[in-house]
Amino acid sequence: MCLGIPGQITAITDAARLMAMADVSGVRREVSLAPVADRPLSELVGHWALIHVGFAMAIIDEEEAARTLEALRDLGEAQETLDAMAEGQKALEGTQ
Amino acid sequence: MKHVTEFRDPALAKALLAEIARLCDQIGATREKPVHIMEICGGHTHAIFRFGLDKLVHEGIEFIHGPGCPVCVLPMSRVDECIEIAERPGVIFTTFGDAMRVPGTRGSLMQAKARGADIRMVYSPLDALEIARRNPEREVVFFGLGFETTTPSTAFAIQAAAREGLANFSVFCNHITVPEPIRALLGDPHMTLDGFIGPGHVSMVIGTHPYDFIAQDFGKPIVVAGFEPIDLLQSVAMVLRQVVEGRAEVENQYARVVPEHGNPASLAAIADVYERRPSFEWRGLGEIDASGLRIRPAYAAFDAEEKFGVGYAAAGPRHVPEPEGCACGAVMTGRIKPTACPQYGLGCTPETPLGALMVSSEGACAAYWQYGGARGAAA
Ligand code: SF4
Repeated sequence: MCLGIPGQITAITDAARLMAMADVSGVRREVSLAPVADRPLSELVGHWALIHVGFAMAIIDEEEAARTLEALRDLGEAQETLDAMAEGQKALEGTQ
Repeated sequence: MKHVTEFRDPALAKALLAEIARLCDQIGATREKPVHIMEICGGHTHAIFRFGLDKLVHEGIEFIHGPGCPVCVLPMSRVDECIEIAERPGVIFTTFGDAMRVPGTRGSLMQAKARGADIRMVYSPLDALEIARRNPEREVVFFGLGFETTTPSTAFAIQAAAREGLANFSVFCNHITVPEPIRALLGDPHMTLDGFIGPGHVSMVIGTHPYDFIAQDFGKPIVVAGFEPIDLLQSVAMVLRQVVEGRAEVENQYARVVPEHGNPASLAAIADVYERRPSFEWRGLGEIDASGLRIRPAYAAFDAEEKFGVGYAAAGPRHVPEPEGCACGAVMTGRIKPTACPQYGLGCTPETPLGALMVSSEGACAAYWQYGGARGAAA
């Protein structure tokens, strides 16, 4: 929960709410761009972000994203985060 | 444990280890008289153990594992209060999964869920908001937990709830701040710390200036670090170089992610939604002045403490003593190693944690258990 995970912003889903779709290690997840919305949202599409509990906290470059992901995998935190995302989905549906 | 040759850049890792050894020799650091470096962040604690950095570096370095794991410092009373809220009729209690196993006096949230409370593990406060939207007849409470990395997310969620008029959403706020416990530790006359590795992702939000007092008022070096193994080795070398040169500064090894002034949008959301509590209780450390946040009166409608009259908003006294024989506080302040706790491996294991340091992989006791501890530990 304290370490962010890199994800690539693929599309803006709700501009008014600053929401976007991100690809996090092959998992699609809607995230908030509120912390990085200091520029036109459309410019963020295609960029990598460090995502913390569903919020894009910083824009990072692709090389940084790859290295961070590798460190997270080594720590077992990448899988933990993906599991948490899956749990979150179940929580929405009330099937946990 | 990883071997240096498995590092992404083994040549660089070797060079840094040699540099650390040279600096240790210059300082005269030995196993008996080590340089004490505290890594504040639990993520760093985990990385140090996972990559075996505590064993790879010169024996004159001793890592002290700081209070930077929000799950580990969560007092029993707060877990009890979570359960009290979760068991109210009509409540859906949402939490990060990390908090599920932290023991309170009536067991953990996991156990409360097994007893029938509607407790759901979410990835994000955004999930909790969505549950509130989908269940207008239920009260949805989000357990806001964590340091400055997660604080903005609940602030944004509360702002969104206010904008949408989501009256059935509230946050049980347990957000805490990194600088204040460090100030408390530095003010302790028994403190033996020589320098700090500063948290990376917390600093991405708050920037590097909140640590100025560490250098200016206490004369200690601090280096904000990334959490790849090379980042940590580089940061250790940077701390040592300051010691050798007699400097005490805030340095930023992780500038590729951490801006000097933090993330303005997140800081603005935090300032809008939260204010400091006069003091807040930390497990093992006791009450620390101005170390916790609460929801401002303007957003009281989204404050679960106010809504349910629990916690700091409750009438009665609320401190709950730690279980007998727990040495969590002494471990967290670096006074003893986990293995010296009378409960370590006996009453307290990752399967049946007594103290919170056993619950999370970011806790020093669980890390010792999982990775066999540092040199000289009874592992
Ligand atoms: S072994 Fe358990 S009780 Fe002892 S300090 Fe660690 S977490 Fe606390």
